[in-house]
Amino acid sequence: MKRRVLPGLHLTLGLTLLYVSIIVVLPLGALVYKAASLGFVDYWRIVSSGRSVASYRVTVLCALGATAFNLIFGVALAWVLVRYRFPGRRFVDALVDLPFALPTAVAGIALTALFAPNGWFGAYLAGIGVQVAYTPLGIMVAMAFTSLPFIVRTVQPVLEDLDPALEEAAQSLGGSDSIIFRKVVLPLLTPALLAGVSLAFARSLGEFGAIIFIAGNQPFQTEITALLTFIRLEEYDYQAAAAVASVLLITAFVMLAVTNLLQARALRYTQRA
Amino acid sequence: MSASTDRKPPRIGEQPAFRRALIATVLVVTAFFIVAPLIVIGMEAFSQGWAVYAAAISDADTRHAIMLTVVTALIAVPVNTAFGVAAAWAITKFDFWGRRLLLVVIEIPFSISPIVAGVAYLFVYGLQGLFGPLLQAHDIKILFALPGIVLASMFVTAPFVARELIPLMQAQGRDLEEAATSLGASGWRTFFSVTLPNIRWALLYGVVLCNARVMGEFGAVSVVSGNIRGQTNTMPLHIELLYHDYQTAGAFAVASILAVLAVVTLVAKVLLERQGAGRGGRHPALATPQPAMTAPKLATEKST
Repeated sequence: MKRRVLPGLHLTLGLTLLYVSIIVVLPLGALVYKAASLGFVDYWRIVSSGRSVASYRVTVLCALGATAFNLIFGVALAWVLVRYRFPGRRFVDALVDLPFALPTAVAGIALTALFAPNGWFGAYLAGIGVQVAYTPLGIMVAMAFTSLPFIVRTVQPVLEDLDPALEEAAQSLGGSDSIIFRKVVLPLLTPALLAGVSLAFARSLGEFGAIIFIAGNQPFQTEITALLTFIRLEEYDYQAAAAVASVLLITAFVMLAVTNLLQARALRYTQRA
Repeated sequence: MSASTDRKPPRIGEQPAFRRALIATVLVVTAFFIVAPLIVIGMEAFSQGWAVYAAAISDADTRHAIMLTVVTALIAVPVNTAFGVAAAWAITKFDFWGRRLLLVVIEIPFSISPIVAGVAYLFVYGLQGLFGPLLQAHDIKILFALPGIVLASMFVTAPFVARELIPLMQAQGRDLEEAATSLGASGWRTFFSVTLPNIRWALLYGVVLCNARVMGEFGAVSVVSGNIRGQTNTMPLHIELLYHDYQTAGAFAVASILAVLAVVTLVAKVLLERQGAGRGGRHPALATPQPAMTAPKLATEKST
C-alpha cells in the first residue's frame, strides 16, 4: 500500500530552514568569515598572543577543576536521589535544576556575595587562609554551579534503570560494596558519565555571566577567554574579538562532536543493557 | 517506586551508617552550594530595609529594564515556539535528506558561548559586519536596540522548544495524523485536534524553559545591546550596571525578581513533569539528537 504523505512539509521545513539560516547559520558564518578574512599570520599572532594563551589556560584549568568537582558531587547527588528515600528528596531533586533556571548574572552576584572576603563563606574561609572570590577558585565555583545539572541529569536515569539483579549476583559471589561499585556499577554508568562530563565541561568553557562577577578579571591570572573576547570588543579591536571568538567557536564544535559521539555510545550501551 | 519496596533485592550502599553519612554530606553541600545563593539574594536585597528595596524596584531605569525584558520575551518566545513546532513537525513527520544535519544545527546554540553568539551578531548587523553599512544607509537600527536583543535571545534559545517536542513526536509516530488526514481532515485541523493535545505539556515545558532563558540571558545580550541605561538595558544587564555602581542592594533587588522567576520556573517544571513532560530534558544523554537517528522505523514499528 502506498503511504499517505502528511501535509505541511513545504511550510514547516521552509519555516525551519529560514529560521535556522537567519538565526543560527548567518551569524556564525559571518563570524567565521570575519576571522578567516584576517589572514593566517594576523590570525595566528592574535590567537597565540601571551594574553590569549593565558586566558585559554585559565579557562581550561578552571573548567577541569569544576568538572572534577561535579563528577564526584554530581554522582553522589544522583545516587542519593535515586537510591535513598528521605524527607525533602523531591525538593532536592527539583533544586538540582536551579542553576539552569537562575539567570547567570544573578548566580554570579549571589556567589560573589557568598564568597567575597566579607561574605558568609568568604569571611570564614579567609580565617583559614583561603580566598575564593577574585581567584581561579572563584571561577571554578561559578563554573561548577552552572554546570552541575548536566552531570546529575545524565547519570540519574541510568542509575534508575540499573538492573538490581546485577548487584545481587555480584553480592552473592561475595563482592564487597566498594568492589561492586567499582567493577559493576561504575562501568555501567561510565557512558552516561562521560556524556555528562563533556556537556558540563563544554558549558564551563563558554560560561560568562556567572564568572565575570566572581573572577576578579585580572589579565593573565583570572581572565577567561569569553571575557577577553568581550574586552577586545570594548576596545573596538574587532579583528582580535573575531579571532578569539573563533577559538571559542571551534572548541564548541569539537566539544559538540565529542558529546554527540559519547551520547550515541551511551545510547547504544543502554539499549544493549 | 513503591512496588520495589515490597521485595527488596540486596543492593550496595544500603548500610545505615554509609547511607546516613552520604545523605548528610550531599544535603550539606547542596545547602551551601545551591540553597545559599538563593537565600543570599533575598538577604542582600532587603539588607537596607523595605524602603530601599521598594525604591530600587520602582526606579525609572529598573522599570524600563523590566519592561524591556518582558517585551523581549513576548516577541522571542512566541516566535521561537512557532519555530520549534514547525521544526518538530518537519523532522518527525517526514523523511528527507539532511534531517540529521538539521537536528545538529538546531542544537548548535546550546553548545556555543553566549559571548560568541553576541560577537557573531555584531559581524552581521554591526558597522563592521556584513549588513552594517547597508543598514546604516537606510537608517535601520538593529544592534544596540530592541531587534538586536530579540535576535540574540532567539539564538540562545533556538533549541529549547524543538528539543522537547522532537523526541516526543518521534516516539508518538505518524499513525494518528495519517489516520486524521486520510479521513479528510486538513493539515491545520490535524495539528490542532490530533497532534497538539498529545504534545501540549511538552510544548508548555519548552515554552517555560525558553522564557526563563530569554528573560535571564546575559552574555549574548550584553554584546548586542550596548548597555544604554534606561534604553537597552534588560534586567540582567541592569543588575550588572547597579552592581558595578556599588548599588549592591539595588542590584540584588532586581536580582530577587529574576530569582523569583527562576523558582516559579522550577515549580512549573515539576508540575509539568508530573504530566509526563520533559522526559527529553531530564534524560539529556538519551534524548538530544539520538531518537531521530534511530527512528522513524522504530517509531512506526512500535505503534503498530
